[in-house]
Amino acid sequence: MLPRRTIVLCRSFLRRTYASASAPHTLIFLEHRQGVLESGSLSALTAASQLGGRVTGLVVGSSEHVPTVVESVKRLKGLTRLLHSTSDLYAQQLPETLAPLLEKLVSGLEYTHVVSTPSSLAKSLLPRVAAKLDVPSVSEITSLDHDVGSSSTTFTRPIYAGNAISTVRLSASIPVKFFTVRATNFEPASMEDSQDIEVTAVDPVEVTDSTTEHISTQLAKSDRPDLSVAGRVVSGGRPLKNAETFAATLYPLADVLGAAVGASRAAVDAGYTDNSLQVGQTGKVVAPELYIAIGISGAIQHLAGMKDSKMIVAVNKDPDAPIFQVADVGLVADLYEAVPQIIEKLKQ
Amino acid sequence: MRPSSARLLNILVPVKRAVDYAVKIRVNPQQTGIDLNVKHSMNPFDEIAVEEAVRIRERLAKDGSLEPVTITALTIGPAKSVETLRTALAMGADSAIHVEIPESAPAPEPLGVAKAIRALIDKQEQVDIVILGKQSIDDDLGQTGQMLAGLLNWGQATFASKIDLDLGQKTALVTREIDGGHEQVRVKFPLIVTTDLQPRYASLPNIMKAKKKPVRKFKPEDLGVSLEPQMETVKVTEPPKRVGGTKVESVDELVEKLKAAGFTAV
Repeated sequence: MLPRRTIVLCRSFLRRTYASASAPHTLIFLEHRQGVLESGSLSALTAASQLGGRVTGLVVGSSEHVPTVVESVKRLKGLTRLLHSTSDLYAQQLPETLAPLLEKLVSGLEYTHVVSTPSSLAKSLLPRVAAKLDVPSVSEITSLDHDVGSSSTTFTRPIYAGNAISTVRLSASIPVKFFTVRATNFEPASMEDSQDIEVTAVDPVEVTDSTTEHISTQLAKSDRPDLSVAGRVVSGGRPLKNAETFAATLYPLADVLGAAVGASRAAVDAGYTDNSLQVGQTGKVVAPELYIAIGISGAIQHLAGMKDSKMIVAVNKDPDAPIFQVADVGLVADLYEAVPQIIEKLKQ
Repeated sequence: MRPSSARLLNILVPVKRAVDYAVKIRVNPQQTGIDLNVKHSMNPFDEIAVEEAVRIRERLAKDGSLEPVTITALTIGPAKSVETLRTALAMGADSAIHVEIPESAPAPEPLGVAKAIRALIDKQEQVDIVILGKQSIDDDLGQTGQMLAGLLNWGQATFASKIDLDLGQKTALVTREIDGGHEQVRVKFPLIVTTDLQPRYASLPNIMKAKKKPVRKFKPEDLGVSLEPQMETVKVTEPPKRVGGTKVESVDELVEKLKAAGFTAV
């Protein structure tokens, strides 16, 4: 009995050694909109690099956009290889058509991790692919730590609208670990001038008889900075009455500061502005240098999207509004009187 | 399960019992989770999903369509989750399914939930549309709908703000909220929708009527699925406290502070 047992032990030891020898290899879904790389992908790349292994990028799209993206992306620091796949099928990025490609790449088990920024596309795509591979997916992580010895990865992520932080571990039994990265917690990866990485074209996976057809897209046009990357954000809530007063009150302040405009869910639900400007648990998460909350009470769902801002300024009529508990500078005042004065004095 | 009929449009609405959105949650001293001895209610996005299913039925009735719509609410959770099903029934669902797990069992993860829903769909003859909330406000994962679509290989329309059905063509034209705006997609039946819309509240008579509607019970074993978590929760902690709370007396003082921090007009 004894020798046999020794052999068994030996085997399992060997297996473990084999597992620990495989360093992480991450596939990062690099997202672009019409040929322009999404800034959140740069933060996701930083997170991927922290896993400590190789990082392969994937760029997918139409022949019109992919070459441009590939040119800029291949200089990204932290990327060790770049795959791109071009097809008319990918011109409109639908989860139903992209999932088969991603599934094919990942099911070869070359990759230990699959990562992306939590864009509306990636949030639709990654869980679909993870389910097909029978693995879980971790959403919007704020930190990560990979243990090569045990092939396990530990993540932290906010739960309950950011009112608790959950630390979760995916063990070696999960061969491919899917996750999305909260951009506000990772510095964007930088560009390098001289980098020579392997760039490989990957055949698209044909999808015949697709269940889903793209009909049209409407993007809100704005000259202001993009909300998710802006260094300064001016946000408004329900007391702004309607779309006209929302615009008339907030836009001049945003313009004088060069800030993006955001909104609370109440303001979005009341129709003052587009859903895409919503800041909070179920909208965008921002962490600008300066966040000015105008007429926002500070419900936990809103705080979830902005409480990591460097400096928070609040203007509200109600001295007991919860926003004042997190604001570095709070002013109890009627916003219709205060905001024009702030604009005037900033200009001086 | 209901008898199958080609004339039926069957909508399945999975709902979740979650800590009420207005509750200020507290992490427990053992750091294993949060104090769950607080008010629970239906996950707000699931309310929106139930509401949209009911609106679809109302719209079809208005259009003079003879297509009867059946709405089945479904939940996976401990015994108390049946309250959440009663809420869905009061809002207008016709019947409900409860996949019951022990009170002490860990909360199922999206993949387990998606597998259980798939197993239920396999048991039921026909489901045309599954409408789910876009995310639950407790784990904030936002994956179940997409995972279910992947498992079933169905089309998916996530973050929907508008759904128009074409029963003749058996397609749905869905407006989706996307980064920077919205888009329309046309998805063939059967499909998965996750919602971002407006709910309404159940009236008292409907709440009373809901008590008489059927709730069928299953156990995960009946469905041949495991709801064991794959993610190991190491700990749950309080987020770092923000030191704020300084008020100024005047606009002058506010602007002074802004300028002192380097925020001037551009």
